[in-house]
Amino acid sequence: MKRSSLKQLTSPLIDNNPITLQILGICSALAVTTKLDTALTMSLALIAVLTTASSAISLIRRHLPSSIRLVIQITIIASLVIVADQVLRAFAFEISQRLSVFVGLIVTNCIVLGRAETFAMRNPVWPSFLDGLGNGLGYGLILMVIATIRELFGSGSLFGVNVLPLVSEGGWFQPLGFMLLAPSAFILIGVLIWIIRTRRPAQVEEDEYPILTRQSEGRP
Amino acid sequence: MTEIFIRAVFQENLALTFFLGICTFLAVSKRVETAFGLGLAMIVVQSVTVPINNLIFQGLLIDGAWAWAGLPEVDLSFLKLISFIGVIAAIVQILEMTLDRFAPALHRNLGVFLPLITVNCAILGGSLFMVERRYTFPESLAYGVGSGVGWALAIVAFAAIRERLRYADLPEGLRGLGAAFIVTGLMSMGFSAFVGVALP
Repeated sequence: MKRSSLKQLTSPLIDNNPITLQILGICSALAVTTKLDTALTMSLALIAVLTTASSAISLIRRHLPSSIRLVIQITIIASLVIVADQVLRAFAFEISQRLSVFVGLIVTNCIVLGRAETFAMRNPVWPSFLDGLGNGLGYGLILMVIATIRELFGSGSLFGVNVLPLVSEGGWFQPLGFMLLAPSAFILIGVLIWIIRTRRPAQVEEDEYPILTRQSEGRP
Repeated sequence: MTEIFIRAVFQENLALTFFLGICTFLAVSKRVETAFGLGLAMIVVQSVTVPINNLIFQGLLIDGAWAWAGLPEVDLSFLKLISFIGVIAAIVQILEMTLDRFAPALHRNLGVFLPLITVNCAILGGSLFMVERRYTFPESLAYGVGSGVGWALAIVAFAAIRERLRYADLPEGLRGLGAAFIVTGLMSMGFSAFVGVALP
């Protein structure tokens, strides 16, 4: 694999992550992260849909009239999501019940449409495939990190296997109920963004109203 | 009916407990006026699309809906995603044209937000929840209005907090998006206090 294509695959992982930098696809990302297995299923479904949608849209990009391109993109994405939903129902019915509406919401997940619109419409099939895969992996990475923290501290287990012995079963670990509630996901992502931006200062946003100090005003 | 409405506004707020429409929620909340416009557009679209999707689902897609035509075992419910998104896109388009024709002032204010709403997960999510919870038509009307109002309430309050936050001296890495997430988390904690509120 050439170096440029490798870069396309790895840059969305941290440097250009869809969730923490591009603010795409957060909608469905947070609700499925209370347990690792649902988060993993959701990431795999999104990666599958995103790579196929990007490749398919890139394949027909020269034949799409720009006035109806959004409708066609959405139709392609929706059909792929229906396939993913039916496959999940057939082979992992129990998990698909717990994911409830969130697999369906991949249709309006801004990552898929966003990558189709900004990348796949302008690039050949292979780079679009890699871009889709990279962004899917970046999304999956964040989901797995958040889900690991939430499941480990919220119920003391990983993938449903008990890791920290619970107080109720004679151990020492008192589960943090807060980790299973919605607010914890927001706060964890906020902290994660903080950590990433401290390591990668290029991502820090401009301060709109900086606090004036003597140095910044140029006075001694 | 009232219970469904109140529940959709507070306890099961689409933005703060189901994380729906968060992309738009974070992107269009820098000023209160724009947030208010988007919230208003959201209420209108949500209260129209959920009941209409309810009618379509009950009449055409649900298991056994074609029994009158002699096809009792036809189950088209797997088509709900594609038909809902089509209905939403069409309604947004119709709404935009109607507003442009009959209420140009309102159209100028809401016009920019309407296309954004087509790909807002809260709209599609509302319709999907309506299916999952098997609401009847009047219930779906209450749910549509309620979830729209709840989303609008959340974004307006959030924009107001964010306007103040611009003057705060935050750590560098937390500026902007990071702080926005944490504030949303705190708001979501506030809204979870409504769980258990029962109407007399």
